[in-house]
Amino acid sequence: MKVSLINSTFKKTKKENRPALLTYTVAGDNNKKISLEILKSISNYADICEIGFPHNTPIADGGQIQSSTYRALKNGIKIKDVFSIVKNFKKLKADKPVILMGYYNMIYQYGDNNFINICKKVGVDGLIVIDLPYPENKIFAKKCKKKNISFIQLISPTTSKNRMKKIMQDSHDMVYYISMLSTTGGKLKVSPKKILENYNKIKNLNKKKNIVIGFGITEKTIGSLKKADGLVVGSALCGEISKSVEKRQNPVTNVTNIVRRLKNKII
Amino acid sequence: MMKLKKKIPLIDQHDKHGFWGGKFGGNFIPETLKKPVDDLTDLFENLRYNKKFLNQRNYYFKNYVGSPTPLIKLQNLSDHLGGAQIWSKMVSEANGGAHKIYNATVHCLIAKKANKKYIVGDTGAGYAGKMLSMAAKKFGLKCKIFMGIKDMKRQKPNCEAMRKNGAEIIPVYSGSQTLVDAVSECMRYWVSNCDTTHMCVGSTVGPNIFVKICGWSTAQISRELKVQIKSEFKKIPNKIELINCVGGGSSAYGFWSEFIDYDKKQIKLIGVEAGGPKNSKLHAAPLTNNAKLGILHGAAAYVCQNSEGQISETESISAGLDYPGVSPIHCYLKDTKRASYTSATDEEALNAYKLVTKLEKINPSLEPCHAFAEAIKNAPKLSKDTIVIVNSCGDAKKDRDILKARLRKIK
Repeated sequence: MKVSLINSTFKKTKKENRPALLTYTVAGDNNKKISLEILKSISNYADICEIGFPHNTPIADGGQIQSSTYRALKNGIKIKDVFSIVKNFKKLKADKPVILMGYYNMIYQYGDNNFINICKKVGVDGLIVIDLPYPENKIFAKKCKKKNISFIQLISPTTSKNRMKKIMQDSHDMVYYISMLSTTGGKLKVSPKKILENYNKIKNLNKKKNIVIGFGITEKTIGSLKKADGLVVGSALCGEISKSVEKRQNPVTNVTNIVRRLKNKII
Repeated sequence: MMKLKKKIPLIDQHDKHGFWGGKFGGNFIPETLKKPVDDLTDLFENLRYNKKFLNQRNYYFKNYVGSPTPLIKLQNLSDHLGGAQIWSKMVSEANGGAHKIYNATVHCLIAKKANKKYIVGDTGAGYAGKMLSMAAKKFGLKCKIFMGIKDMKRQKPNCEAMRKNGAEIIPVYSGSQTLVDAVSECMRYWVSNCDTTHMCVGSTVGPNIFVKICGWSTAQISRELKVQIKSEFKKIPNKIELINCVGGGSSAYGFWSEFIDYDKKQIKLIGVEAGGPKNSKLHAAPLTNNAKLGILHGAAAYVCQNSEGQISETESISAGLDYPGVSPIHCYLKDTKRASYTSATDEEALNAYKLVTKLEKINPSLEPCHAFAEAIKNAPKLSKDTIVIVNSCGDAKKDRDILKARLRKIK
């Protein structure tokens, strides 16, 4: 079987003895063109790019990602634009894995199969659907796998051991561990030690799976979690875009600077 | 073909994944909420068959909520319209002035059993928030209420009441700044605090278990009504219409639940959604206007949305009905054709308010005025032996500012 781009990326970062750096930005923030420019630029430092397709009722996102979402929607982003951003990005960076992330209603309205087919066509490597938990996501996850798209399962501090086992069994290349009880962008309210303890519990269930940690990761906290397979930074970048827009500065440069500094902290 | 089962409460007619009719409801929630939702489900399924808990609930329904609320005949309105006999179930006379007290009381009792010290809830018209803050105070729980800033401005009296009860109101500035955003923000808060905090969803919406708890609580209204009808008419009359406004649908389900098994030729169930301002496209009537199935706040249901799945903004004079979605159990009642749904415009609701308050000594809020509008429209066409009962599920005190502006007078 062909090794997926997500898997080979983790292999590479493990060889370099460091966690993979995953970034999350919202497609169309603060407009279609700039969001593509941001992706092109930060991918010089990031290993995997998560791209949000914005939904106007985001029940698990904190303030910073909500601001990005509403800004993108206000600027007229449509799902077809999200796909074209991915396509154009992949043209330049074919070896950079792209993970689309969003809420299920948009996929549902598009039609599961239709959505997955277009993802495949434009070069999406993975999908995270925040409000489609296990086991409700079984059918959808299978459909993704058929098209060699990784369906990324989430595990949280509230996930029971038993459930964790089942989720791991049905997971694909990557599993996302939510560090704490929070929406995205909350202040890290759990010690890195505790987070890594939980992380190891998951990791020990299957060492072959790549486990990334997200929620509450910033320049301040990233260094203390570098034992993980991967670390996701989202709200810090979305917050920076808001700040840049407010100050009329170039978000591409500002966000790239943060991603570069984040990378330096985990090498 | 979807078919309702008899002798099983509608709230229990879902499959193992939480779907009614195989497609409405479910649990579209973030992973973090899976366990709290499962825990709450186990607790509730246990409590609802526990004699002690039921006695406790019945005690508070009687001595705190003030159950049963009266069933009264609106003789002047009936005479004026010259058709069916119009009656009203005065749920607005429950403690606090609306049906929301049933759900709030049950949620507080559950929160106590779950050993939670904090309770949070959403509100549109402010009644769900007011009642939750009242019940929280009664049961010694700390309370936060999420409310859109637009609703805070238009339902001030209820905000004052919430604060008086010691609750903190969290204003919600995102999106349309109404109920839809309040529910989202409340869910976000619960995601972050589910270890210490109980969440009360203010209507029969949200993940499966919240639909069930709310429906189980408001069902008391129809239990009362059944006894009252039997004592008033000596039997269940041959032609009844039960008319109720529908936002999320908690009062309508509560008003109907005991009567769903009856033939619809005998007991018609009519839900009235918010049509918004006359000629406005921003209605809040997903059932009336055949909105598509979508996912909102953890459940699949008909929801006002665009082709991309973005949830539509809605507009209604009544904050309590100003919601783009609707309960999955009403979607089920619609598709099985057991209930029918229609809408009334802002203007029709206001006219109904004017007529009803002119002729009768009652003061229904703008939400049930949508139901009265339908009754006023229909009654003249119906025979004298038809019994139309409108659920007057809220009191208009909260609407004083809107009524003052729109009618230039307060009753």
